[in-house]
Amino acid sequence: MPSTAQPLSMCPGETAAFADVPLVGTEQFRRSVIAAVRRGARLVALFGQPLTRDATLSPLDALRPSRVKGQPVASDRLHLYATTADPAAGTISVLATSVADTYQALTPDCPAAHWFERELAETWGIRPEGHPWLKPIRFCAPRRGAAGSQIQPGVTPYFQVRGSEIHEVAVGPVHAGIIEPGHFRFQCHGEHVFHLEISLGYQHRGVERALVGGPDKRTIHYMETLAGDTSVGQAIAYCEGLESLAGCRVPPRALAIRGIALELERLANHTGDLGALANDVGYLPTASFCGRLRGDFLNMTASICGSRFGRGLVRPGGVGFDLDPPRVLELLRRLEAARRDVEIAVDLLWKTPSVLGRFEHTGTISTEDCRELGLVGVVARACGLERDVRHEFPTGFFRFVQIPVSTAHAGDVFARAYVRWLEIQRSLAFVHEQLRALPQGPVRVEMNALAPNAIAVSLTEGWRGEICHVAVTDDAGRFAGYKIVDPSFHNWFGLAMALRDQQISDFPLCNKSFNLSYCGHDL
Amino acid sequence: MLKALAARIHQGHRTVGFPKDRPSLPDRFRGLPVLQEDKCAAGCAACEQSCPTNAITRHEGSLRLDMGRCLFCTECTQACSTGAVSLSPDYRLSASRRDDLVLTREPFALARALQEKSLRLFGHSLKLRQVSAGGCNACEADLNVLTTVVYDIGRFGIQFVASPRHADGIVVTGPVTTNMRLALEKTYAAVPAPKLVIAVGACAISGGPYAGHPEAHDGADSIVPVDLYIPGCPPHPITILDGLLRILNRLDGAP
Repeated sequence: MPSTAQPLSMCPGETAAFADVPLVGTEQFRRSVIAAVRRGARLVALFGQPLTRDATLSPLDALRPSRVKGQPVASDRLHLYATTADPAAGTISVLATSVADTYQALTPDCPAAHWFERELAETWGIRPEGHPWLKPIRFCAPRRGAAGSQIQPGVTPYFQVRGSEIHEVAVGPVHAGIIEPGHFRFQCHGEHVFHLEISLGYQHRGVERALVGGPDKRTIHYMETLAGDTSVGQAIAYCEGLESLAGCRVPPRALAIRGIALELERLANHTGDLGALANDVGYLPTASFCGRLRGDFLNMTASICGSRFGRGLVRPGGVGFDLDPPRVLELLRRLEAARRDVEIAVDLLWKTPSVLGRFEHTGTISTEDCRELGLVGVVARACGLERDVRHEFPTGFFRFVQIPVSTAHAGDVFARAYVRWLEIQRSLAFVHEQLRALPQGPVRVEMNALAPNAIAVSLTEGWRGEICHVAVTDDAGRFAGYKIVDPSFHNWFGLAMALRDQQISDFPLCNKSFNLSYCGHDL
Repeated sequence: MLKALAARIHQGHRTVGFPKDRPSLPDRFRGLPVLQEDKCAAGCAACEQSCPTNAITRHEGSLRLDMGRCLFCTECTQACSTGAVSLSPDYRLSASRRDDLVLTREPFALARALQEKSLRLFGHSLKLRQVSAGGCNACEADLNVLTTVVYDIGRFGIQFVASPRHADGIVVTGPVTTNMRLALEKTYAAVPAPKLVIAVGACAISGGPYAGHPEAHDGADSIVPVDLYIPGCPPHPITILDGLLRILNRLDGAP
């Protein structure tokens, strides 16, 4: 039985015995997580696991009854796991506590926990006391206790501003463009937005529930469709966790091809986003050029594996497709052509005063809010925070090749656009370099069975930001629990903050500068 | 201004010649599955066992592949040691009836043109409202790409519009989550009749990887009547465009 109060500390890509995760009292758990975040660590995951774990038993004993009965025990206690990542040390820490129906919320002292605690309350039917705004985030059926009647999505109280000339604008779930569904509530005075509240959950497909008992032949397809525009990033996060649990060493050539695919995904999406930002300020040349160029990057991924989104490319143990020399040459040729075109197309943005006039000072988030809320990815880097998993917690090919972290400081739409442009240039250089010096050897190895009663945390810098997967296995080496944190999970609240004191007509522009995933959030 | 003009000249004309010209697809493109059951080893069920969505089955000794469930993921083609199952480069995958998506030894029945009255209404102007109902944003992205200069569906009179009131039909993606069911029903009801429903992607046709999930409805046709099925995970933009032009009878002269 673990007696230490120190959290379990692991390196990225490491697997630990689940029994080594210290189970501490709730107050100590709270203090430890809050202190870690104050010292500069990030709360990368906070999740529940419904296990009957008696203080006199080891955590392993607790897993057994759930397997015998074939489904989670309707236990009166729930275990909370906090996973923090400390960029200074490059380590990931895990700590657990046991709660019954209520516990003292972390959010008042650690705002980065606010969305996680809303998720915990909704999923597991517990109450984080003192949470300032405890509402569902997905409108899904609870996974513990008596099945209550499900609430209609979006039907909850909203924060309201009152006054004689105040009005409320409601948008969605079905939007005007070809985008995923979500509901947005604006509190306005004329054009001026006082507050935006975002209500999601329309895309909830029950992925985490369905993953329990896996991996099976559907698992990788869940991963590739968690957020379809991040198929490669999500699949890498999954495979790295799985390979860690299986003690499997992925050949360097496969790691390089994964790195290329991840950066091609970033190139396609960042280029598309810059085009869409241009479109939202009515600057059509860049919008039109980047619309095409985004497709050129997707088609490069398709030339590797046949799918524009990289479906079928990243597989446990390596990659599903190899690159032959003519294919590499052809990719290099296309990459060079796209590099030239994208430079010309994007350069127009920075040379057009009317574009800059709309980008600058629009949708600003302060560095302080960004840090407090635990925002990640492009959004955080645009606030000057050097948050990039490829640099802080490198795994895969990023252990051998460093990509410099791109930051800007204004925290506005311009900064988010400019960080994308910096990253486009760095990803182009990375892909070029890797294609010219691909390691030799196989691209896939056989997977072993997963370690039983183990935990693996994987972090991947997808194009939106940090993707975190936590896999916990039972004593048969199957998933007893699987937690997915898409970068959008951290960042949706950032968008709400960015809209404060803006014009409502700037919402599309602000929204596009975040370009968050609905399905990646809703799962 | 001059820079913008120079950039415009540099970027050139980028619209594909399809449907007049053959589309350029990657050599590893995964299209229409081909079943050759005479190649099947006796008693082998490797393809069936490998399929993540039970798309491929052996029915009374013969192979059946339901393209509505298929993710075109190559699990079956890799599992098959004799080449009885393969994926061809044929991008034409759309069907008018759900049953037509089930491939057997019969030739695949591609989607047919709409009936004359519908063709008169929609043949030269088709306005569509897109509803994502649990879609992962891959089908949505490859629908969106049809509006770029590369595919330029405006040249066929097809347009995605902002309101169902302006639309002649809806394009559904995703398995139709419980949380989107009402929104889908309301959007469908808001489209003036006569109206079309187009289901794009494995999720919208069968639930895809989410088939059987209590949180979703196994596709659009459990909620609304579907007129065109475009399979894939996601379907390539050319596959979607081919399906749309096929029902509009606009593929004259296509290769």
